[in-house]
Amino acid sequence: MSGAWQAARLVIERDLRLAFRNRAQLLHPLLFFAIVTTLFPLALSPEPSRLRDVAPGVLWVAALLASLLAIEFLFRDDAQDGTLEQYALSGQSLTWLLFAKTLSHWLLTGLPLALMSPVAAYGLGVAVEAVPGIIASITLGTIALSLLGAVTAGLTLGIRRGGAMLSLLTLPLAVPLLIFGAQATARAIAGEPVAGPMYLLAAFVVLGLTLAPLAAAAAVRISLE
Amino acid sequence: MLRGLSFAVDGGEYLEVTGPNGAGKTSLLRTLIGLVHAESGRITWNGRPILEDARAYHSQLAWLGHESPLKADLTAAENLAFGIGIRRRIDAVAVATALDEVGAQGFSDRPVRTLSAGQRRRVALAGVLLAGVPLWVLDEPATHLDADGQALVGRLVERQIVAGGIVVAAVHAPLPVVEAGTRRLGLSSK
Repeated sequence: MSGAWQAARLVIERDLRLAFRNRAQLLHPLLFFAIVTTLFPLALSPEPSRLRDVAPGVLWVAALLASLLAIEFLFRDDAQDGTLEQYALSGQSLTWLLFAKTLSHWLLTGLPLALMSPVAAYGLGVAVEAVPGIIASITLGTIALSLLGAVTAGLTLGIRRGGAMLSLLTLPLAVPLLIFGAQATARAIAGEPVAGPMYLLAAFVVLGLTLAPLAAAAAVRISLE
Repeated sequence: MLRGLSFAVDGGEYLEVTGPNGAGKTSLLRTLIGLVHAESGRITWNGRPILEDARAYHSQLAWLGHESPLKADLTAAENLAFGIGIRRRIDAVAVATALDEVGAQGFSDRPVRTLSAGQRRRVALAGVLLAGVPLWVLDEPATHLDADGQALVGRLVERQIVAGGIVVAAVHAPLPVVEAGTRRLGLSSK
């Protein structure tokens, strides 16, 4: 078993090191998120009460699209340089290695987005009390998105320039996350209990954790044929 | 694409697969390692179908494809430490020794993006060595390599079969390996 843990640790460590050597790719989704959330007050109205009303939607649509930008890179480089092939032939479980890869992807994209969301929310006139709820909902939402993205990115690997296909495939499946995530955020901002939508987000995360790595491994295997 | 093929390779043998472009050399190798499923027929390793326990089979083989599976932003040594590390525990000394053996000691600390295609191939070959497995499946192992590098591939293959291992390689030009352990499989494009 220690071999599997060691392998997962190396997969994550490699991805983190690569990301820090190539920071542009890492910063791109974050920059996108920051730009979109700051453009809304400029385009809509600087009036805090109106901004507060649209804040959940703005935060969630921006986070969703920023995650989508990042999902394209989840397996692409590894598929091109033959690393995925080596993963599939490593004697380790491909499901497990892809799970580790998805985790490192979330650490590099979802987690920074979740940590940045309070700043964006503050810019939209949201009160400090809502911050825990916003961070929690974006954290759960981005974990679920990374897991979903692992499946759709795996499925579109075999397609040349599969970027558009990836969006078409991922966005409809991400709609439930958007609905419940935005609802959790709206409730947090209004000072209402957030447990209901948050439990549903957590349920999506559990569903993703159990099924997504298996589906991603199956999809990647097909793309390697 | 491929039909009517039947062969067995024993420990201590080197199987050289040749044939014109498009004859199916790469397809054959990818089928042998279980990445591509054969439409009919069977492939066995130690008498058992390879897909019965694919992970056990894969832990016994090293695959080197057309592309050298290296990350451009990592150094040669880092690439091997991560790439082989997921297969088995290795330390920096083992990595350095392997890089030494393929003549890559001079550029082991340079990012792979700064290396030439031939230098990358040497690093990838060091990975095959480091895997420490009985079966090597190599697709054009000597591609991009100079005369010295091709001789190196020949030496590595020879050492592997002398140690009782198996090497299956698709090549354009025959590798400089002693005839004794070599068998040839010619594919035709008809």
